[in-house]
Amino acid sequence: MDGIHDLGGKQGHGPVVHPDDEPVFGSAWERSVLTMFPAMALAGAFNIDQFRHGMEQIPAAEYLTSRYYEHWMHSMIHHGTHAGIFDPEELERRTQHYLAHPEEGAPKASKPELVETLKQLIPTGMDARREADIAPAFRVGDRVRVRPDASTTHTRRAGYVRGHVGEITHAHGTYVYPDSSASGLGDDPQHLYTVKFDAADLWGDEPGAANTVLHIDLWEPYLTTP
Amino acid sequence: MTSTQQKIQPVEGLAKHSDEELAARAKAMESILVEKGIIGTDAIDYMSSVYENEVGPQLGAQVVAKAWTDPEFKARLLADATEACKELGFSGMQGEEMTALENTPDVHHLVVCTLCSCYPWPVLGLPPNWYKYPAYRARAVRDPRGVMKEFGLDLPESVEVRVWDSSAELRYFVLPMRPEGTEGWTEEQLAGLVTRDSMIGVGDVRHPEG
Repeated sequence: MDGIHDLGGKQGHGPVVHPDDEPVFGSAWERSVLTMFPAMALAGAFNIDQFRHGMEQIPAAEYLTSRYYEHWMHSMIHHGTHAGIFDPEELERRTQHYLAHPEEGAPKASKPELVETLKQLIPTGMDARREADIAPAFRVGDRVRVRPDASTTHTRRAGYVRGHVGEITHAHGTYVYPDSSASGLGDDPQHLYTVKFDAADLWGDEPGAANTVLHIDLWEPYLTTP
Repeated sequence: MTSTQQKIQPVEGLAKHSDEELAARAKAMESILVEKGIIGTDAIDYMSSVYENEVGPQLGAQVVAKAWTDPEFKARLLADATEACKELGFSGMQGEEMTALENTPDVHHLVVCTLCSCYPWPVLGLPPNWYKYPAYRARAVRDPRGVMKEFGLDLPESVEVRVWDSSAELRYFVLPMRPEGTEGWTEEQLAGLVTRDSMIGVGDVRHPEG
C-alpha cells in the first residue's frame, strides 16, 4: 500500500538521532512484545508479510511518532483480534487495570514447549525460498522498469523506484511473494532479483547521493521491460 | 520521563503514548496470551536473553576479524555469507540468507530497509532505534553521504557509495576495511575494532591509537 511506511527519499524527517549507546530493550515490556512475534505467528495469527501489512495500517501521524515495538503491538492487536485471540473491550479493560496498578505484572506461566521451539527456530529461522518450476522472465544484466502503478495492498515495490529503469545484478530464484502472502493468498512463489539504480536517475543532482548506486530486491511481477 | 525514553522517541516531544501506557497495553496482551496458552514467561525470558546476552554485533565483529586474517574464509564469506557465518555458529532468524558486502578503497556499502527495518539479526542482533525510525529510512537512499557525515564518516566523492535496501528476506552486512597499523594482531584484538555501525556502513571501524 502507498502508506507512510514507504519512507525512502522522503524529506523533513530531520537528522538521524543516534545515541552512542542504548540498551537492547528500552523498557521491560519490549522483551514481551519481541517474544509475542514468534509466539503469535506460531499460533497462526499472522505470517511475516501480514505482520508488516498490519504495521502499514497504523494511522500516518501515529506511525511517525510512535515507538518501534508500539508498531509491533498495533499489528499484533489488529491480527490477534481478527484471529479471535484478542477481544478489544477485554484488552482495553485489562490495559486500564494495569495502568491503574503499574506495580502489578502480567501473570506468570511457563510454556516449556515454546522455549524448545524457540531454541530450534532462532538458529534456523524461517526460510522464504520456495522451489517452483517457473522460468524467470529476466536475467542478470537485463534493464527493467519498475511498474509505476499505485498499490492498495501490501507490497515491497518501494515508491522511490516506481517507474524507474534499473539493471538486474542478481537473480535469486523463487521466493514467497509478499503481495500474495500478506493478502492470505498463499506463498505464490515468484522470481526475486536485485536491481541496481543510478542515484542520479532517481534523484537528479542530489549532492548527498553523488557517485551513488542503489540496490533493492524486487519480485518479478513488479518489473517490466523498459 | 527517563532519559532512555527521551532518546528512543522517534520524534522528540511528539510521542502520543507514555511508557506507562505502553507497558500497561503490553501486560494486557501478555495476560491474554498467557491465559490462552500462546506464550509463557519462560519463553519471554529465554528469547529476550538471547538477544540481550548472546546474539549481537560482537558476533558480526568476529566474522569480520576472521575475514581480515583468513583469506580463504574471506573468499567463502563473500561467495556465501550464510554458509560462512554458519562455520562460526551464527545463523537463523532474520538472517536466513545473508550477503557480506566488501568495502574497498573505491567502494563503500551502506545497508538500510526503507519499508520497515529488516536487519541481519544473526550477526548484528536487534537493530538500534535509529535504524528503525523515519529519518534514517528516508535519508539513507537519497542522502547517504549526509547521513554518514552525521556518523563521522566523510567519504571523498571519488569513493562510490552502494546503498542496499533490504526489501526482501535477504539480509546484508558490510565487511569494512581492515585499519592500518594492525599487522600481526590476533582475531580477538581485531574484533575489538569492529563497530556495529561499520557493519551497517554508516560508520567507521575503530583505529588503533598512535
